Amino acid sequence: MIINHPLLGPRDSAEFVYLGAAALMDRPDPETASAEDWHDYAYLRDNPAGPHRELWFHEGGDRSILIVTRDTTTHEITGVELAREVASK
Amino acid sequence: MHDLTPITALGGSAARVDSVGDVTLTEVPDVALASVAARRGHEGVCAQTLESVLGTAAPSPGHAAEGAEYAAFWTGPDQWMLSADFNGYEDIAARIKSEVGDTASVTEQTDAWVCFDLVGPHINAVLELLCNVDLAGFQTGRATRTSIHHLGCYVISTDAGQSVRILGPRASAGSLHHAIITVMASAL
Amino acid sequence: MTQKNRLNGGQIDRDTTLNFTFDGKQYAGHPGDTLASALLANNVRLMGRSFKYHRPRGPLSAGSEEPNAIVELRSGARQEPNTRATTAELFDGLSATSQNRWPSLAFDAMAINDRLSNFLTAGFYYKTFMWPAAFWEKIYEPIIRKAAGLGSLSMRADPDTYDKGFRHCDLLIIGAGPAGLNAALTAGRAGAQVILADEDFRMGGRLNAETYPIADMSGADWAAQTVAELATLSNVRLMPRTTVIGAFDHGIYGAVERVSDHLATPAAGKPRQILWRIYAKQTLLCAGATERPIAFDNNDRPGIMLAASMRAYANRWAATPSHRVAIFTNNDDGHRTAHDLQGKGVKIAAVIDTRQDAPRSYDYEVLQGAQVVDTKGRLGLTFVEVNQVDGSTRTVECGALGVSGGWNPNVHLTCHQRGRPTWDENLAAFVPGGTLPSGMNVAGAANGDFSTHGALKSGANAARKALGLKGRAPAVPEAEDAPGTQTPFWYVEGCSRAWLDQQNDVTVKDVKLSHQEGFRSVEHLKRYTTLGMATDQGKTSNIGGLAIMAELAGKSIPEVGTTIFRPPYTPTAIGVLAGRMRGKEFHPTRLTPSHVWAKERGAVFVEVGNWLRAQWFPLPGETHWRQSVDREVTATRASVGVCDCTTLGKIDVQGSDAATFLNTVYCNGFAKLAVGKTRYGLMLREDGIAMDDGTAARLAEDQFVVTTTTANAGRVYQHMEFVRQCLMPEADVQLISTTEAWAQYAVAGPNSRRLLQKIVDPDHDISNEGFPFMACANITVCGGLRARLFRISFSGELAFEIAVPSRYGDALMRRLMAEGEEFDVTPYGTEALGVMRIEKGHAAGNELNGTTTALNLGMGRMVSKAKDSIGSQLSERPGLNEADALMQVGLRPLSAEDKVTAGGHLMKASGPVDAAHDQGYVTSAAYSPTLGHMIGLGFLKDGGNRMGETLRLVSPVTDLTVEVEVVSAHFVDPEGERVRA
Repeated sequence: MIINHPLLGPRDSAEFVYLGAAALMDRPDPETASAEDWHDYAYLRDNPAGPHRELWFHEGGDRSILIVTRDTTTHEITGVELAREVASK
Repeated sequence: MHDLTPITALGGSAARVDSVGDVTLTEVPDVALASVAARRGHEGVCAQTLESVLGTAAPSPGHAAEGAEYAAFWTGPDQWMLSADFNGYEDIAARIKSEVGDTASVTEQTDAWVCFDLVGPHINAVLELLCNVDLAGFQTGRATRTSIHHLGCYVISTDAGQSVRILGPRASAGSLHHAIITVMASAL
Repeated sequence: MTQKNRLNGGQIDRDTTLNFTFDGKQYAGHPGDTLASALLANNVRLMGRSFKYHRPRGPLSAGSEEPNAIVELRSGARQEPNTRATTAELFDGLSATSQNRWPSLAFDAMAINDRLSNFLTAGFYYKTFMWPAAFWEKIYEPIIRKAAGLGSLSMRADPDTYDKGFRHCDLLIIGAGPAGLNAALTAGRAGAQVILADEDFRMGGRLNAETYPIADMSGADWAAQTVAELATLSNVRLMPRTTVIGAFDHGIYGAVERVSDHLATPAAGKPRQILWRIYAKQTLLCAGATERPIAFDNNDRPGIMLAASMRAYANRWAATPSHRVAIFTNNDDGHRTAHDLQGKGVKIAAVIDTRQDAPRSYDYEVLQGAQVVDTKGRLGLTFVEVNQVDGSTRTVECGALGVSGGWNPNVHLTCHQRGRPTWDENLAAFVPGGTLPSGMNVAGAANGDFSTHGALKSGANAARKALGLKGRAPAVPEAEDAPGTQTPFWYVEGCSRAWLDQQNDVTVKDVKLSHQEGFRSVEHLKRYTTLGMATDQGKTSNIGGLAIMAELAGKSIPEVGTTIFRPPYTPTAIGVLAGRMRGKEFHPTRLTPSHVWAKERGAVFVEVGNWLRAQWFPLPGETHWRQSVDREVTATRASVGVCDCTTLGKIDVQGSDAATFLNTVYCNGFAKLAVGKTRYGLMLREDGIAMDDGTAARLAEDQFVVTTTTANAGRVYQHMEFVRQCLMPEADVQLISTTEAWAQYAVAGPNSRRLLQKIVDPDHDISNEGFPFMACANITVCGGLRARLFRISFSGELAFEIAVPSRYGDALMRRLMAEGEEFDVTPYGTEALGVMRIEKGHAAGNELNGTTTALNLGMGRMVSKAKDSIGSQLSERPGLNEADALMQVGLRPLSAEDKVTAGGHLMKASGPVDAAHDQGYVTSAAYSPTLGHMIGLGFLKDGGNRMGETLRLVSPVTDLTVEVEVVSAHFVDPEGERVRA
């Protein structure tokens, strides 16, 4: 696959390490979260047949973590963002 | 002055040089390196300071720049690798830190890398067997990180189609060197 | 040996003779020949035996679709089984051997299977070898294994090398026939970066096999002229002998270039093949079409081949399987073969055309509305039996029969993603359909444009479209433009032993049986009969089988299903997929800065990840590793030892929020760590399980150096990037690995300070007061070299770790050895390191094994409740905090001679030994030279409260039962006095 890196342009997915669903970025607030919230965060993942937001770590590149929106049925990539920029919004 | 004798990344006392046809691979031990990463909120000042240090703008993603004393290439968002002649700049990290102050984190990287120069008229035939770089667009001044023999390396185009600099992880210098020279024999 | 069946003309170099052997017999051919064309020219039709029935077979085709002429090439270590003679380029000295026959190709004992064919039909194995079940492993499987397979392996290592490479282009054109060549010309002249790949060694595709002209020259000359022009364009890369084997996501293609297969041995340093990964912005598939056969009884005899292949042999290679041939066709294309062969002096016995309105000829007899119903000839065709339109039967004598059932577009690569070919009624064939690989277009015969003119035109147009070229399209040269309509004719009515898949011996009868037994979907049909599952992937057989199943089921072909194709397009050597990553080069090797020195000392090395680390340093006279290791441990504890610990991951953490950041990634607190101090840190996963441990040294208010275990260095760095970028995006933290930048040595033992005082420059106070336990500092050594010193200990002794820039690591180690002579300094390896950490009760990878928590490790209280950190929340789950939770303990055998083994389980002193009564398990074990017996670390239920209890350590697998006592894990210096000395 080719991931269109926001800074570096098209890069082979072989340069990346897959880190899982982008939901991992939504870590519960330790002040308010219930045990169920933590359980869901640690163990439950959506497994959509279709667009999926997921984290790709450019381990063999600039070490940016990207949020890639990829259709799991076709591998079509419809969006690529820098995770740090999204997280700090 | 200390009295410890250095060895090169390939374990020798002198830099290794290998030629196949008119392409030459030279180990370059005399490179001092330091990583410069802008502090959060100081990205602009850091880039300005680097511009004055380099004498030219800090390179943008995928690029390298060369100044009088220092050269630099982009390594990540708001992060660069600066290089200089090891002789005279062995303390590169301290020198750069004194320039950037609290606007950037500076880390000595001199001996984290082995440096090779690959020079000759047919280096693209070698590179295409080594790494996934779109050579048609790899003009002078481009720099990229890529995998060579499963090693994360930086490749810098110092003279398009004629000369590249390759930085690879120092501990794997032998494997990287082996990979490059076997491919030179294969491609040339 | 004369080339009896060599015709005139052809694209072979008759001035040069190439000698080769087939089954030991000497033959001659010419450059430009394939093995198959040269054998045919030498009147050899019989080239192999079929897979199941061992039927004699000759080539069916002249290309990579070949199911029959499969041979072993070369001998010795380079012997390569299952190679298609139709694509093997002839070279001087080539030796080829037929396969799947014994004792010889002409007389094959296993041909008895052919007589038993009534029993060996589809599903034979499933039905026969079902029971008794016990027979399977001992009897059936060995017999089947022996009988199965075509070629044989040399059982020797492949002496050749293979490369991998990367190429990028604007337009990848697959196939260099009329469509591909004209596309390349169009794109090349427009200045685009073009790659033109073709599996053949001569570009031109069918143009080399035909006689009709393009403009005012022969098709072959036009092809040669076009290739010559393309070769002058620097933006066009011609890749002959290159098969595009797969279409992958987003315009990535795999292609195998056969660099040296046409040579006896590769030139020095050159690879045999290269696997190219091609990145194409746009792709044009111009793969042409494959002629399809007609099924009739005994249609598999040597001499029966596809009519267009026969024509290719005659026109391109000047070879014919016989000087008297017949043609069996349902279309005009078959007549071209008759016309061309007649023109080369081959006698056309008859053209048997299924159509009642077939065109007549003045040159040879045409039997209109006739069908071939049977053939004769044991090892090669002698005559065919023909049913004529009036119902009479006639025998036609011939040594070869060209069969043409029309053409199937080569849609294979269009299917490699999600493409599903669609049925074209006009062509009676599948054409590319569904979602093609991104950026792919199809032109020429592969898209159903069967005429030369159509191919030239569609190639040029598709290239213009792909590149978005504007302006008037250049004129297409004049060429034949016959309509492409086809009327299907799949098999002769009433036939039974009529071969569809000649490689896997699937007949019309097998398809009927499959239907009768309910295996009617195309996927079931394939698996039940093995249709299309041979090395040729059914290129000449799938559609025929599908058509017959459709007829039996009373459905249309697209209703029954389509057959799609997977990579690779043609069989691919495993070696080329491995490339250079073989043997010692399987992965890169990482060497420590003291490697050269350690080698000189005769160290034994061990692989730890990609690192080579010194395991121990044997001295003369030491014959067992334990002698060396025991000595290294004892000497270190008695005086001083040095160990290279460069391999530990080192991460430079800087920024004004560096301490906050470490407070989050470590479960214990780091915010208040003073500058100049080091602290042990335990990192948890978010689920509360321990991930890694190490130390963090605070070199400045805003700078820490974090160490990780050797094995987890990459993973911890990645985890820290995740926390930094995804969870703490606003924090001012910068990370970079410095693992390889610094050579780091542990200097351990009561004399370690005295040794280091000779190395460290005197202005740095490293006395116990000036540099206490867990101190760290930037220092200088040996007269001014910048260095780092950490007072940390893994061995339990007074110890330091000293780091210098890697290039000075070798010199520092030699200096430590020289200056340490007065203390009998001893270098120690990873084994002694392991023994000392077990003696001290330090957890390592065996204990941080992905199932254990801080509590299990005896560090439950380290998990700070005063702050949030990764894993701190879920580590409080009740399930991880039960009263009898596993706790790390030490284990000592009651009898000093007894063995303690890692992996053994702990049971109470009496009672049953089973999983229900399991008390825990042993994680690490070693012989302790300090204590004089073996010791172990393990996890024991409620272990903290069971000191002094006697347990049984059992290992039912190795039949071991040993009585052990539960003791503190700190076997040596439990009060920690030595480390603080």
